[in-house]
Amino acid sequence: MTNSKAILNGDRLALARLLTNVENNTAEGRAALIELFPHTGKAHLIGVTGAPGTGKSSLVNQLALHYRKTEDRRVAILAVDPSSPFTGGAVLGDRVRMRDLSGDPNVFIRSMATRGSLGGLAQATANMVQVFDAAGFEIVIIETVGAGQSEVDIARLAHTTLVVEAPGLGDDIQAIKAGILEIADILVVNKADRPGVENTEKALKSMLELAHPAERVFKHHGTYMSVSVPKDNANTNMWIPPIQRTISTEGTGIAELADAIAKHSEYLRQTGDWSLRERIRLEVELEALIRESLLNRFREDVPQKTYEEVLEKVIQRDVSPWEAAKILLNGRLK
Amino acid sequence: MTEKKIRVLVAKPGLDGHDRGAKVVARALRDAGMEVIYTGLRQTPEMIAEAALQEDVDVVGLSVLSGAHMALAPRIMELLRVNGQTHVKVFIGGIIPDEDMHRLIEMGVAGVFGPGASTEDIIRDVQIAVAG
Repeated sequence: MTNSKAILNGDRLALARLLTNVENNTAEGRAALIELFPHTGKAHLIGVTGAPGTGKSSLVNQLALHYRKTEDRRVAILAVDPSSPFTGGAVLGDRVRMRDLSGDPNVFIRSMATRGSLGGLAQATANMVQVFDAAGFEIVIIETVGAGQSEVDIARLAHTTLVVEAPGLGDDIQAIKAGILEIADILVVNKADRPGVENTEKALKSMLELAHPAERVFKHHGTYMSVSVPKDNANTNMWIPPIQRTISTEGTGIAELADAIAKHSEYLRQTGDWSLRERIRLEVELEALIRESLLNRFREDVPQKTYEEVLEKVIQRDVSPWEAAKILLNGRLK
Repeated sequence: MTEKKIRVLVAKPGLDGHDRGAKVVARALRDAGMEVIYTGLRQTPEMIAEAALQEDVDVVGLSVLSGAHMALAPRIMELLRVNGQTHVKVFIGGIIPDEDMHRLIEMGVAGVFGPGASTEDIIRDVQIAVAG
């Protein structure tokens, strides 16, 4: 039985092994991805991101428990943590918060390190998620720290992205670095029993207001008019991220959060956004693979020596980079 | 192909609550370029075997200072075997009397480290065990 068949049959060791192969981009991994691809496209991908200390892992633990107990859905969790830029190693500790999920054969938790890659991380993560999807996990939760661009890229993988905040972490708006708030489909204020929760919520609301004003004022035939945009997501084609309060250590607010996620999923399907996001995601992936393939072909066709000679001309200002690229792509020296 | 990292599960089975040693070893292995899945305290043998499988680790490191190692180690090794993970190298650190150390090695444990073991020795032994 090939790896892929074993995985489709529920073999967990084969699944774990394939995840390693896919993460390491081996030939075996790539071959299996091709075989498994027709079986993908069913899972609901949920991204959970936010600054360290906001309680993401316990939140993921509670959310997964909810999906297991209330909806009996199979859940996979991919927990991504940073590698040390100096040593290349990592301590992956997200599992510590997820003990409640142990012993359940319908849960699979996998920890992953960022490994300092500049763009490969998002692709490796996307591939591992595809394996979970094909293996029949209906919910795949991807947890990341959300500190850098690659984590933003990972968040783009998800259908529904949760950005987690917590009160009293210093600034009122910790996670609101550029790009993070904009990718949020749902904002979660965790540790909502802590003092300062109203301030955190207020700060988030005002950031949302800037992006989605409740009132639009414009000039019409010389007069000023104002239009109110509906505050909730009923009867509108726009999704305004709701703010959910949770206390993940107690399980408070989790059912409501799952409800908001379900509403977002419904919105995506109704507006056709679900299929549009799938299309964009697959297109981006296809382009990246083509680009990589072409670059590899170039490296095979053009000898390193030729490349170095042309580069030297550029450095000497004899030839511009644009002309150099043309020369190299035509495969000969001027 | 990306460079293959050594993945190590560090766990404290049983009721022993002293985790400083486990954390020191976890950080040392990270500094040696390994990926350490740290699962924390009060792990049952079943939880450890489950995590070892899901994470497809190369090494399982157990920290036991409670004296329960002769009860816990065989159980964990049996579960790893049943799960098809016979290639996984098991290391034990903690308070282990000499006679028990020999019995554990005979059982198939790859290495036993007592108090005062250097992190350099641990790192080297793990690397050798995985390569061999």
